[in-house]
Amino acid sequence: MSMPFYVAPEQVMKDRADYARKGIARGRSLIASTYCDGVILAAENPSRMLRKISEIYDRIGFAGVGKYNEFDQMRIAGIRHADLKGYSYSREDVDARSLANQYAQILGQIFTNEMKPMEVEILVAEVGHDPSGDQLFHIQYDGTLVDEEGFTVLGGDAEPIRERLGAAFDPGHDLAEAIRAGIAALAGPDRTLGSNELELAILDRNGPRRTFRRIEDGELDELLA
Amino acid sequence: MAIPFFSPGDDPGPDFAALIRRTGNQPAEIPAEASDLIQITHGTTCVAVRYADGVVMAGDRRATSGNWISHRSIEKVFPADRHSGVAIAGAAGPAVEMVRLFQLQLEHYEKVEGALLSLEGKANQLSGMIRNHLPQAMAGLAVIPIFAGYDTARDVGRLFQFDVTGGRYEEADHTATGSGSMHASTVIKLGFSDALTREEAVDLVLRSLWEAADEDSATGGPDLIRRIFPVVATITADGFTRLPDDELETRARALIDGLGGDR
Repeated sequence: MSMPFYVAPEQVMKDRADYARKGIARGRSLIASTYCDGVILAAENPSRMLRKISEIYDRIGFAGVGKYNEFDQMRIAGIRHADLKGYSYSREDVDARSLANQYAQILGQIFTNEMKPMEVEILVAEVGHDPSGDQLFHIQYDGTLVDEEGFTVLGGDAEPIRERLGAAFDPGHDLAEAIRAGIAALAGPDRTLGSNELELAILDRNGPRRTFRRIEDGELDELLA
Repeated sequence: MAIPFFSPGDDPGPDFAALIRRTGNQPAEIPAEASDLIQITHGTTCVAVRYADGVVMAGDRRATSGNWISHRSIEKVFPADRHSGVAIAGAAGPAVEMVRLFQLQLEHYEKVEGALLSLEGKANQLSGMIRNHLPQAMAGLAVIPIFAGYDTARDVGRLFQFDVTGGRYEEADHTATGSGSMHASTVIKLGFSDALTREEAVDLVLRSLWEAADEDSATGGPDLIRRIFPVVATITADGFTRLPDDELETRARALIDGLGGDR
């Protein structure tokens, strides 16, 4: 009878992490940043149908990069969690922190216990009633949860984008300034991204009850011009 | 609260009502004999009228438990989503719960699917909820809503009435529900014409509720002392808009002044 080979736990974790990182790096990146009136979520995404950014609840948005079916499964689970919580308690009791914690638990558990880790990075954003209440939670494939200040970048090519966005970011920016800074950081110095290659949405602090709103086509062209 | 995951073959999809059943969050049914033993609070008259820009919906503010006026300022007209509204008559508790679930059902579908239901699809959803409520209706807790909306695909206001079995009937011009509906309907029938303006339509629904309140003790008229007025909302291409109390007060006073001359 053959014995299974012993593999050190460090090696198992390293292999899984490499696998997940490789999967995530195949997709394009995504940024989130706060501005004076809320939060911007922007992704490089030529598809109109397969979305990376979505509404979770009145003041909560979701963004995911990596393998589409995996982050979309997380997105739907998040909507269910939020709607059930709002139904059982009240709309005010639904918060991003609790959802981000749940995501971190799930991703961490899958990373440790399943054959294959999820090849996703997830962002949960909440717009506060004033700028100090804005929250960005960045959750990685292994369940690492980071509470980001001001802006964050998800995806394979994150480091150079993070540097560029860090240099341009200002929490006092208005919508147009913040969008231009974010898109320039996403595109890099050698190219420009048009509205047909972008998916962009905001959580508007001064908006109606459901603060999530997509900015598309003509409106996006105007803001980018 | 745990985050819900389902295997692909077993997934409730965009159906929020199915999700609360699956996760055990569904409220318990009220026992069949309840309405014999306790006084159930009832809400009454609501109307909807098509006009040039869409639909106007209105409901009085009274809820009664037998002979008692249990609430003077209950609301029975609600937005269902951006381009539709729902008005309710019947047992107040289950009715308000049904509206809450219906609103969530539409919003949940929109978020999960990333697309809106058609107006017809929304009406069918409500129909299914009324059908599921039939055992409770048999126990004396009937809920009969009106559903109305602006059909953005056809650019027209549409209205639907229902019966207690979930039967769904589209009406071309106007509909009413609740104990005062017979009187309210007559007023609207006599005053209706094609392509009413917003002002004419609002005056017509206020007049219909006034006459219903005049004949039916369970329907409340405008209360000028406490400043309680019917809830009136328009649904147009711009969405669901509730009329402010100031405007309703002006119109209610004009209505009453006008009636004084006649009688």
